[in-house]
Amino acid sequence: MEKERQVLVVFPHPDDEAFGVSGTIASHVNMGTPVTYACLTLGEMGRNMGNPPFANRETLPSIRKYELKESARVLGIQDLRMLGYRDKTVEFEDQEKLAKQISDMIAELNPSLIITFYPGYSVHPDHDATGAAVVKAVEQLPVGQRPKLHCVAFSNNCVEELGEADIVHDVSAVADQKIDSIKAHQSQTQLMIEGMAEGLKQQDPEVLARINFERFWTYQF
Amino acid sequence: MDPVNIQSVQEALDGFLNKEVYVHLETTNGAYASHHNEKFFSAGAYMRNANITYERAKITGDGPYRVGLKIPFGWVYAEGITHYEIDAKGRLLLAGHDFDGKLAVALQISLTPFE
Repeated sequence: MEKERQVLVVFPHPDDEAFGVSGTIASHVNMGTPVTYACLTLGEMGRNMGNPPFANRETLPSIRKYELKESARVLGIQDLRMLGYRDKTVEFEDQEKLAKQISDMIAELNPSLIITFYPGYSVHPDHDATGAAVVKAVEQLPVGQRPKLHCVAFSNNCVEELGEADIVHDVSAVADQKIDSIKAHQSQTQLMIEGMAEGLKQQDPEVLARINFERFWTYQF
Repeated sequence: MDPVNIQSVQEALDGFLNKEVYVHLETTNGAYASHHNEKFFSAGAYMRNANITYERAKITGDGPYRVGLKIPFGWVYAEGITHYEIDAKGRLLLAGHDFDGKLAVALQISLTPFE
């Protein structure tokens, strides 16, 4: 993994950073690179309440806020920003305003790498809207001054339409931190973690691949 | 939240009769339903802080339960309710959790707007 000057991660939900990107984040932090994580919402509309449920619709935001901070702590993220949008509503917000907010962060932080979702290939409308706003912000910069833009994609048609991911990071060295980040989002990942632990024990190649490798598509303007 | 106790929920519903209340009503199958199963038709809706006054309210069924609130020009309805809670702010939170414990439906009533 190349050493970066500054990394900016932009996702809409607490736990978006955990599954496919936490190994990459931890690797950058361990190299001494400052990482800023801007998380748009608190995942207020999540369906997972724990099993048996320990959260409800009204307590979920504060629980997920705590989980987000905990995930940031285990990954060593020093600069966590919660932007105050509401889950499931990002696509209905003023897209210019959101792009401007991201432009301002880019101007402030001067990142050499931005990580977000690939618009159109990220399944959840909040993911697509977040990625689109980041693309809009980066697009406004002169070509020579644009930071690298690495996007997460996982729609069923993403490989068919975008081709295979051009960036694959081996994050096996920080697999423990990654699992801790996933575990930090306890209300959302309880069930998944059980399956994952079993898969690890059985050396299930699919589970191992999900933990040890993280894939990104460089955004094509 | 606790499994629905019809009597407690009915009392709580009656406690809001003829008062101006704020309602959160939601159904959801999650944003990933069609991603995991392309044959699944994903649908959901929510309203947060609709301001209503109801004149009649009832919880019924054998569990999961149904709840209906009669309002001056119509109804508010939810089915699939499994759990309830009267929280520290005196709000009535009703929710239906599916077989994996995931929230599928919510109906919540409060005298003050939900945050």
